[in-house]
Amino acid sequence: MSDDAYNFAYLDEQTKRMIRRALLKALAIPGYQVPFASREMPMPYGWGTGGVQVTAACLTPDDVLKVIDQGADDTTNAVSIRRFFQRTAGVATTESTAEATVIQTRHRIPETPLTEGQILVYQVPIPEPLRFLEPRETETRKMHELEEYGLMHVKLYEDIARHGEIATAYAYPVKVEGRYVMDPSPIPKFDNPKLSDNPAIQLFGAGRESRIYALPPYTQVVSLDFEDHPFRASKADHACDLCGAAESYLDEVITDDAGSRMFVCSDTDFCTGRQAAGHRGRLSPLSKEIA
Amino acid sequence: MDGTQNALLVPSTTDTPLLQVTGLTRLYGARIGCADVSFDLWPGEVLGIVGESGSGKSTLLSCLAGHQRPDAGQILFDGTDVLALSEADRRRLLRGDWAYVHQNPRDGLRMGVSAGGNVGERLMGVGGRHYGRIRDTATDWLGRVEIAAERIDDRPSAFSGGMQQRLQIARNLVTGPRLVFMDEPTGGLDVSVQARLLDLLRGLVREMGLSVIIVTHDLAVVRLLADRLMVMKSGHVVEAGLTDQVLDDPQHAYTQLLVSSVLQV
Repeated sequence: MSDDAYNFAYLDEQTKRMIRRALLKALAIPGYQVPFASREMPMPYGWGTGGVQVTAACLTPDDVLKVIDQGADDTTNAVSIRRFFQRTAGVATTESTAEATVIQTRHRIPETPLTEGQILVYQVPIPEPLRFLEPRETETRKMHELEEYGLMHVKLYEDIARHGEIATAYAYPVKVEGRYVMDPSPIPKFDNPKLSDNPAIQLFGAGRESRIYALPPYTQVVSLDFEDHPFRASKADHACDLCGAAESYLDEVITDDAGSRMFVCSDTDFCTGRQAAGHRGRLSPLSKEIA
Repeated sequence: MDGTQNALLVPSTTDTPLLQVTGLTRLYGARIGCADVSFDLWPGEVLGIVGESGSGKSTLLSCLAGHQRPDAGQILFDGTDVLALSEADRRRLLRGDWAYVHQNPRDGLRMGVSAGGNVGERLMGVGGRHYGRIRDTATDWLGRVEIAAERIDDRPSAFSGGMQQRLQIARNLVTGPRLVFMDEPTGGLDVSVQARLLDLLRGLVREMGLSVIIVTHDLAVVRLLADRLMVMKSGHVVEAGLTDQVLDDPQHAYTQLLVSSVLQV
């Protein structure tokens, strides 16, 4: 079967229409989880089937698509999904955050600030922030309906009691516009402040759980905390060893068996952009020549 | 049968009952769960409900506590019609002014959450957002139910049955409820642990001025705790009155059977 046999962006028009209706409802009620008829996608659950369906429903032939996985454009997941839409939609793709109109992401928000008109699509494994505290779906829905969110703070309380601080480092719960408590997908809590007041449209797709939720542009998003243990966005206390950036989220890479390690930007586009602009880090290949 | 007669004999702080129940009926198809139950509960009063298994006392309690919807009747709490409340208001009542102590502490506790978190949950549920203060209150309450402060970060699964039950009581009383429902709070505990728990409960009830509805089949429990007693059989209240009066001078044949069935040691 040739690639032309597929409809534009793989899904048929009725399915995309159904997803768009869910997206519109999600945008109208920021943070609310809208059920949708999630489809089987030609990839395993956990690879971003929710994000892919949302992206498919949003793409137009003029769009420029960027896909990142943990901030990187060149990992298996990112490359596979990007090629999937190259083949089935024929859209242009890019690794540059600024040039992209639709960005599908797993576990990161790009370092480069997003702008109006861009769409950020998150892949969500478990959309329900209360799930690990309350296993009953009927009960969690009721809790959202009645704004009974005390339980969310029990989780944070347990963190402090056990670790002396709020140890939740990713999928850190947020409250949207003072109403719905939302799981921001497993982004590091370093990225939480970027959720709020963001000019871009942020869409969250959970394929296995059949839920879509959204943040319209410039939505107020507050990370939950205690008065005496306020929220802190944390990152490794280093600068990037390749581009020298001190303010970006870092991955730690073990480089040999003797315990040597390096810290590099998890956002590859951001890092290469800075290197191209002449920034150098501790271990940059060129740093010796320059010095 | 008429609560108002007995109410004269009970010390009360206000002129109106805290809970007024009239004609409460719950049917399971053609069978009767409980039928035409009426009583008043006054502030600071402990009402015992006794009866054999299947007599409808648990059905009555779950109707009162809002776990089941009665088929007929009216429940007024502090003058408010509880059955007409919206779901949100009803649940707010369950979190704040009311408390429910389950027979099995595992039903009433979060077993995966530390003792401190269990006690703190109701505080956070009503808007507590200061970790230090929540923890101080939890520590204080663990002390009041005789659990050592250093066990605050242990999970209830590491506690004995008696400690779990005491923890459940602390968790329920921490927000200072006015009405507490207890379903066989001493069930499944050995007698020495039961005695300590009853002592503790009696102290807390007096100290906090709680109104309590306690369901049990153990006459010793109501003898110790309850001011007033209702005896149920086949879904109907067959006898009601002051606890000592009912137990020492039972009028109804079933109550006489019940009282005479207690083993004397």
